[in-house]
Formats: sequence, structure tokens, C-alpha cells
Amino acid sequence: MLKKLLAAACLGLMLSVPVLAQAGPDALVKRISSEVIDTAKTDPAIQAGNIDKVIALVDAKVMPSVNFEVMTRSAVGPQWRQASADQRGKLQAEFKTLLVRVYSGALTQIKDQTVEITKTQPVPQSTQVVVQSEVRGKGEPIKLDYRLDQYDGAWKIIDVNVGGIWLVTSYRSQFATELGKGGIDGLIGALVERNKAAASGKS
Amino acid sequence: MSPRRLPWRVLLAAAALAFASGCATVAPGSAPATAQAANPADPWENWNRKVFAFNEAIDEAVLKPVAQAYRDVVPQMVRTGVGNFFGNIGDVWSAANHFLQGKVGSGFEMGMRVLTNTLFGLGGVLDPATEMRLPRRSEDFGQTLGVWGLPAGPYIVLPLLGPSSVRDTAGLPLDRYATMSSHVVDAEAWSMSVLQIVNVRAELLATTQLLSDVSLDKYSFLRDGYLSRRRDQVYDGAPPLEKFEDEFADEPPKKGN
Repeated sequence: MLKKLLAAACLGLMLSVPVLAQAGPDALVKRISSEVIDTAKTDPAIQAGNIDKVIALVDAKVMPSVNFEVMTRSAVGPQWRQASADQRGKLQAEFKTLLVRVYSGALTQIKDQTVEITKTQPVPQSTQVVVQSEVRGKGEPIKLDYRLDQYDGAWKIIDVNVGGIWLVTSYRSQFATELGKGGIDGLIGALVERNKAAASGKS
Repeated sequence: MSPRRLPWRVLLAAAALAFASGCATVAPGSAPATAQAANPADPWENWNRKVFAFNEAIDEAVLKPVAQAYRDVVPQMVRTGVGNFFGNIGDVWSAANHFLQGKVGSGFEMGMRVLTNTLFGLGGVLDPATEMRLPRRSEDFGQTLGVWGLPAGPYIVLPLLGPSSVRDTAGLPLDRYATMSSHVVDAEAWSMSVLQIVNVRAELLATTQLLSDVSLDKYSFLRDGYLSRRRDQVYDGAPPLEKFEDEFADEPPKKGN
């Protein structure tokens, strides 16, 4: 009897492992957002806007579920193909610093909010889905949507919509202006300068 | 001229000015002088950039310092109360717009929200309705016009008021009139307007700093953000989804499916 039960438990465990590994996009978003919010709420350094703490949090909780190369590549556009490996690395690093600053600005505002997943929608003519959520707390609820796609069987975030604005999509036209003026190196230069100015203004 | 009428007259004049000047700058044959790629949603970019620079200068010189001082001097609790009070007046008009857009259910919810906060929240200074799961869902007349099918039209930067579109500018006078007329007595109209503007600006201090920190060109970042946010609002947070462009990989990206 006990043996049977144990066997059943083992079987159940074996079945549940692959299910966990292929968690649906909405489950993934739910897990990440609640982990991030729980940490942000309880960590005084994050509440104070300590950017290094935010970077550590993003690296630990968010980045594993983000396809950052796709994000950067899409924001840069056709000129990505001509960029060298070194340039691509720099673009990704600077773009990440910029986005983390956006993210940390939002995180410092979090006090007693909760995140509710409202809807998951497939994007027509693609393998992408958009998971819609709402950050609820004091004041008007804030819309927070995630666009995900599957890469090698795993769901990864490729864009985030805050209050009706897709971030990566917004940066596409910002980048296009710089690329038109000074090419890939011009864009890298503009990003480095912006990040430096923001960092010195904060401290 | 009563002081109550003044703000909305000034507003109308400002809008008319922006519109007229905007029209003047798109005389046939005129091309944008800037190196920016022309955005079809922003045919009056040259003029808009000038108004934007003017607004930024005024903000930097007057409004932002006042808002910073206000934030540093007035306790958070009082600022929240001020925000709630004006928010409650705005909620009445939001409820009306929910109904005008045919959203009866959410219209009643907003009506309940106003009733709750007015009766149990000291005339709107407290916000017990949010705790009762009746959160604020703002709607303005520009959004209602959008729901009725009016396209946004060209982007406009209004003097002092900032980003707008032709449609949203058309909705503004009614918005202002509806949220000002019922609650504010003549003698206090100006001081109340000033308090409201300063309080809103104080709430936005962190946001505008962030905007400067993360944009490469603040003007176009704000414009693109404004236009897509308004579009999203007209669709009540669910605009038709567009495909995300990612055709720039060295080889076609590997996808599941």
C-alpha cells in the first residue's frame, strides 16, 4: 500500500517537472512580477532608489526570462546586421542600463501594490503572446503588459508596455534618429552620454 | 469678466493660437528644417518644438521650483488629500464620459466611487472607494471623441498645457468647464487652479526627471509616448495588437511552434 503510494507520488513528481519547465507565459509573468514586487516592497535600499540594488534584482529575477538580444536588435533595426560583435555587446549593455533606470523609477514607487494578470492574448500572425496585467494600489491602476515569444521552447519577454507605451517600440524611433546622424557608433556614443548624465544627476 | 470664466478663456485663446500658428507653418511646400525623420503624425513638428522649448523654459524657471518647494514643505498626507479632492471632482466628469462612451457598468462604478468618497471621505479628501475596489478609471472628453470615431489628428504641443492632439484639444474646453464650474466659487477660482496645477506638477516631479534621464530626444519620446498612450486609452487598454518587428537577426530567429 505504502509502496504504491510512494510510486504514485514519484510518478506525480516526474510528470510535474516538465510541466513546470514549460510554464505558460501568464504563469511566468505572474511569478516574476510577484517576486520582484515582494522584494521591492521589503528592501529599503530599493525604495531609496539605489540603482545597484535594482540592477542586482533585475539580473537575478528578470533577466533569465528576458531575451535581451531580441530587445536590442529590434530597437536598433536593420543596421544591427552590420554591427560587429563588440558593437552589439556595447549596445546591449548601454540599452540595459537605460531600461533598468526606467524600471528602478517604477520600483521605487511600489509600496502596497499588487499585480493582477487580466488577460493573455495571442498576437495575430505570429507565435507571440501579450500578457496583460494591472498594478493596483493607491491611485489609478497602472497597466503593465508583457510581450513574450518562444525561443528554443522557453517563453521569453521581448517588450514591456507601461501605461499604454511599448518600451522597445518607443526606443526604435529614438535610436533611428541617432543612427541616421552617426551610425552604430553614434548611437553607442549617445547612449553612453545619456547614461553618464543620468548617473551623475542622481548621485 | 468673472475670474471663473478667465481660465477657460485663456485656454481657448491658447488653443486657438497654437492651432492657427500650427496651420500657418504647414503652408504648401514647407518642409521640416530639422534633420529628424518626418513623422506623419506630427506635421507641425517645427512649430511644436518651439512651443515645447518655451514650455520647458517656463517649467524650469517657475513651475518646477514651485512644485519642488511645495513638495518639500507640504506633508505627503496633505498633498494626497489635495490630489484626492481634485481627483474626486474629476471623477464626476469621468463618470459622465463613461456613460457617453456607452460603458454603463463602469459609469455606475465611477458614480458609486464619487458618492462614496464625497459622503465617507470628507467631501473627497480621503479615498475610501479605492479600498472598496472602486479604483479611479479616468476618462476625458478627448477619449470620448476617440471612442465615437474621431481620429486623433496631428500632434500639437499647447502653450503651457503641453502634449495634445487636434482631437484632444477640441475636448479640452469642455473638460475644463465641467471640472471647474460646479465646485469652485468665483473668488477662489484662481487660487484653486494654482493649487491644482502645483499639486499635479509635484506628483509628476519624479516622472519628468525620469523622462529626461532615459530619452535620447525628449521631444519625440514624449510625443510618441503621448500618442500611443492616448490610443491605448481610447481602446480601453486593449488596442489591436501589432506584430513586433524582429527581422534583423543574422539568420531567421529560431522559434518554438
